[in-house]
Amino acid sequence: MPTTYLEAIREGLWEEMERDPAVFCIGEDIGVYGGAFKVTAGFLERFGEKRVVDTPISEAAIVGAAIGASFLGLRPVAEMQFADFISCGFDQIVNFAAKCRYRWDAPVPIVIRAPSGGGIHGGPFHSQNPEMWFVKTPGLKVVAPATAYDAKGLIKAAIRDNDPVIFFEHKGLYRKIKEDLPAADYTVPIGKAKVVREGKDLTIVAYGAMVWTALEAAERLAAEGASAEVVDLRTLLPLDRETVCESVKKTSKVLLVHEDTRTAGLAGELAVSITETVFEYLDGPILRVTAPDTPVPYSPPLEEAFLPNVEKVLEKARWLWRY
Amino acid sequence: MGIAQAISPHQETHSGSEAALAGRFLHYMVLMREIEDRIERKLYRQGKIVGGVYVGRGQEAIPVGTALHSEPQDVLFPSHRDMAVMLIRGMTPRQIFAQYMGRAAGPTRGRDGNMHMGDLQLGLVSIISALAATVPVAAGTALAMRYKGIDGVCFSYFGDGATSRGDWHEGVNFAAVQKLPVVFICNNNQYAYSTPLSQQMACAHIADKGPAYGIPAEIVDGNDVFAVYQAAGRAVAHARAGLGPYLLECKTFRMTGHSAHDAAHYVPSELFEEWGKLDPIVRLEQRMIENGWAGRGQLDAARAEILREIDDAVAWAEKCPFPDPATLTEGVYGTE
Repeated sequence: MPTTYLEAIREGLWEEMERDPAVFCIGEDIGVYGGAFKVTAGFLERFGEKRVVDTPISEAAIVGAAIGASFLGLRPVAEMQFADFISCGFDQIVNFAAKCRYRWDAPVPIVIRAPSGGGIHGGPFHSQNPEMWFVKTPGLKVVAPATAYDAKGLIKAAIRDNDPVIFFEHKGLYRKIKEDLPAADYTVPIGKAKVVREGKDLTIVAYGAMVWTALEAAERLAAEGASAEVVDLRTLLPLDRETVCESVKKTSKVLLVHEDTRTAGLAGELAVSITETVFEYLDGPILRVTAPDTPVPYSPPLEEAFLPNVEKVLEKARWLWRY
Repeated sequence: MGIAQAISPHQETHSGSEAALAGRFLHYMVLMREIEDRIERKLYRQGKIVGGVYVGRGQEAIPVGTALHSEPQDVLFPSHRDMAVMLIRGMTPRQIFAQYMGRAAGPTRGRDGNMHMGDLQLGLVSIISALAATVPVAAGTALAMRYKGIDGVCFSYFGDGATSRGDWHEGVNFAAVQKLPVVFICNNNQYAYSTPLSQQMACAHIADKGPAYGIPAEIVDGNDVFAVYQAAGRAVAHARAGLGPYLLECKTFRMTGHSAHDAAHYVPSELFEEWGKLDPIVRLEQRMIENGWAGRGQLDAARAEILREIDDAVAWAEKCPFPDPATLTEGVYGTE
């Protein structure tokens, strides 16, 4: 039976808790209620209050407590109810967790789950994609899976990792996508992008929900005679520039897509990395499709205008293909 | 539970053990004082210290009177004026001088400076510059102690200014809700940089904040090491017995500027005079002499021994190499 993206995260978390008694969950409304999105539904019954810790509305305390618990060898998985609230725990993440190992050799093996992304009419405070705040912070790892397979494999890899990992799970994908998953235990390596569709005329790089947008655009382009390769970054930090550059060497044209806003979005970093490494292979300008530099609006026509979509990707892709 | 206002009574214990205890107190208080004096008044002025220097002169009774209650399994989170906590847990003067001089042999290998040191093997967690950030972290370590069945207590240190930060309130509240074994130790030196307590909070005492979170709180004379020790004993026993957190407010005074570059012109000079008479080391030495626990000669000899140890440590640290720039990018991540 196919497993949804949400169920994949839940299974990964559950299996890790079964496998390793040092793994525990901490967050708001994750116990009796099972989490705002029900990712931890049933966990309290199976693992008890000791390992499923409901907290006050205190993101700094949730992250801080996770850090402190990790010092004694535990592997906390902290849930931010929405990625938008992660800013309330920002200092604990970027100044405490991220810098401990470098400063005094103290590993901080924590995972912070952050349900992110728009398209659910959540408005300015339940729709954001705040990944770049963390991609800018050495010491953290940042992952953003697009598929159920990767969601399960990456949550397991994140829990087993000895550094702090921010796990961005896209709310729009929770129940929208599903696939059959292997019965056996597996992980997906952090720091490795994946070519999810082969092509030769241009490369589309995306992550999170935008991978599906890119794939749909690639399908439409194929019907028009253009062969688009799609790279799913999967991990944003450390960034797999190599896989992106290899693809660009093959196609010579690249379109960067993210749901995050434009200025200082990941596309900017990737564009420079590409010109630094494979400039001579390029046969066209590096283009990007992103959200504009505005907060995420609430009303459906506004949010639709805000979010990148297949049409917006197609428009740039066609132009680039013909360039 | 009401607001604990009482200054801890000086409960006399058996004088034999008291004399021994006084000797231990004095050793660590003088060691801290002399290390910090050497750093601030000599090495800093000679340009040998990298960056800022923040000392706990006049406040030594607080880290000493509390940390001497710690057991090996306990974890301590000293703030920037609590150097004696480091010493009591086994950080050496050599390591400390190397740290302040930015040398490779310091506990952070030159990656961080001054009191930003930690060593999990010694049960010491390093602070960061955002004050009170260690408060929720201490709660998390206490949570892990209970999780793992460790009979430990977390010692969470902070100043008066730190109690204005959100992290402090979130951390204390979480620890209280979870009834975690944390002792919250406030080093109330009445100034946060240039900001006096009256502009920091509208409460009369830091201890007033304990009942707001449903935890016991106590005020103690932070310049009387015996009083601090006795109050800390109650606090630690409370936490170790599984009764939850305890807030200990130690009233003291910052006998310096915020840091070595700050002459503290904003502090009325009579306050320095008044508190100078309450110097915790002078008070302890007087008590030891009056009770016949030690003579002046013995105390001077002990101090001379400490100064020799410091001379050795400084000489050692000065010979230590600076970190190799080639190591700049190492250790940002683990190598699994």
